[in-house]
Amino acid sequence: MVTERAREFDTQDLLINVGPQHPSTHGVFRMVLEIDGELVKDVIPYIGYLHRGAEKLCETMDYRQGIGFMDRTEYLAAFNAELSYVMAVEALAGLEVPERAQWIRMILCELNRISSHFMFMGAFGVDTGVMGTPFIYGWREREGIIDLFEEISGDRMMYAYFRPGGLAWDVTTNFKARVREVLKSITQGIKDFDGLFTENEIFVARTKGVGYISAEDAIDYGMSGPSLRASGVPMDVRKDEPYLKYSEIDFKVITGEHGDVFDRYHCRLQELRESVKIIEQCLAKMPDTGPIMPEKMPRMLRTPPGEVYLRTEAPRGEYGVYLVSNGGNRPYRLKVRSACLSNLQALKQMSVGQYVADAILVLGSIDIVLSEVDR
Amino acid sequence: MKGIAKSLLTTLSTFSRKPVTRDYPNVHKTLPERDRAFPLLLWDQEIDEPFCTGCHACERACPVECMTVLMKDNPNHKSVGGTSSRRKIIDKFWIDYARCMRCNICVEVCNFDAIAMNNTWTGHETSVHDRKDLVMDLQMLLSQSHAGAIKEWVPVIGQTNE
Ligand code: SF4
Ligand code: SF4
Repeated sequence: MVTERAREFDTQDLLINVGPQHPSTHGVFRMVLEIDGELVKDVIPYIGYLHRGAEKLCETMDYRQGIGFMDRTEYLAAFNAELSYVMAVEALAGLEVPERAQWIRMILCELNRISSHFMFMGAFGVDTGVMGTPFIYGWREREGIIDLFEEISGDRMMYAYFRPGGLAWDVTTNFKARVREVLKSITQGIKDFDGLFTENEIFVARTKGVGYISAEDAIDYGMSGPSLRASGVPMDVRKDEPYLKYSEIDFKVITGEHGDVFDRYHCRLQELRESVKIIEQCLAKMPDTGPIMPEKMPRMLRTPPGEVYLRTEAPRGEYGVYLVSNGGNRPYRLKVRSACLSNLQALKQMSVGQYVADAILVLGSIDIVLSEVDR
Repeated sequence: MKGIAKSLLTTLSTFSRKPVTRDYPNVHKTLPERDRAFPLLLWDQEIDEPFCTGCHACERACPVECMTVLMKDNPNHKSVGGTSSRRKIIDKFWIDYARCMRCNICVEVCNFDAIAMNNTWTGHETSVHDRKDLVMDLQMLLSQSHAGAIKEWVPVIGQTNE
């Protein structure tokens, strides 16, 4: 009797196509969900809709020209993407970056992390079903940061401001005061998001226990960044392999416990606070005057033959640049290791067995940026 | 319930804050001096001719190859009785704004400070119906500077505030 009844309710698997142009895929990403009733049985992601061949393009350009394309591989955190690239070039060319430039780079990168995380908060809020409110809050906070970036570099998203050797030009004279001003509004923004989400019973019920991934699996999939740390793995390039001046800064690596969607959100929220702390320390330690470029820079930078892999901690995880030079003024081979692509591999693991609506949540929780996935 | 009340309070608290939005087409934000829209050519008001000598440096350095430069002998040069010390001068110049990625490299490589990024709103509000209309010729590139309607910022790479 029981088995017959079960057969009566036996449903056929249904394939539904999500994307490539769908607001909840955060860009042009397509996935085919195999669903049984409301449950996801399989996820087949199709990536590559935003492929622009940035790596190959960079191989046809000298090092300065490549910076603009690196910006575009990671449009929500262009400073972080630039940083990996210029640091790889510096490592090959053996350039010594002046101290002041390093502090400024750190401040800008952390601010960019904050703006990217705010963007995540907003978009993730929409994914959970809160229409509008968090998204607008996210934009509001991001706007203040981007205005500051515009004052310094001239552009709002594609800064092209870091150069091999240092910075293109000096920051504005009121830089420190402006950063402090922005930090104040950021602190309020963090408080807002904390109040909006963290204890909200509906939000918690929607996100706790959803999209679980164990620490072992997360490592196996090569995940990094807050998505990995949410599973309890304290891996942070800033701590493990300090670059710039991170070794002189006191900050915590935030980890989660459960490896679910809520933890991925909560890690990012706490990371925002850590970033604010980092920036405050940087501001205190940064000298007011000093060079921002080495004394003698060649007109056209050439690097000796060799190869280098350099990684930094971008908002979404480890952003690595593998650069091979054969002695010319352009990369012989450039490969970008983007965190998002690796994080996306775990999508199936995280969303199988979940409800359809949660599959979108899982996708949102790894803070997917398609320009970084496809490059 | 407590959490929901808290988040509602958060939303409520924004009522007492100042609005952060602008009524955009009617109200424009003041752009910072360094704002980068699209490149423009600059006009030498003293001698009344463009700064640009048509040296091709920017054309060669542009990563997306969106510039076309042609030079000619300067008809206003001292050797032919003119007032200018520029032997060569720009003849024709096109920049395809649709391709330009606003990287600032052309400004950096120019030895004559003849080109700058537009830091006014005219550079941002460039929507047209046809992409072809975004190919700017010499006259369009110079007009704003000729009319004295731009206070350009031409950075020197590696310059500090001192
Ligand atoms: S703008 Fe400057 S670099 Fe370009 S052709 Fe004119 S003078 Fe040469
Ligand atoms: S800003 Fe960059 S892309 Fe645009 S014309 Fe100048 S060099 Fe070319």
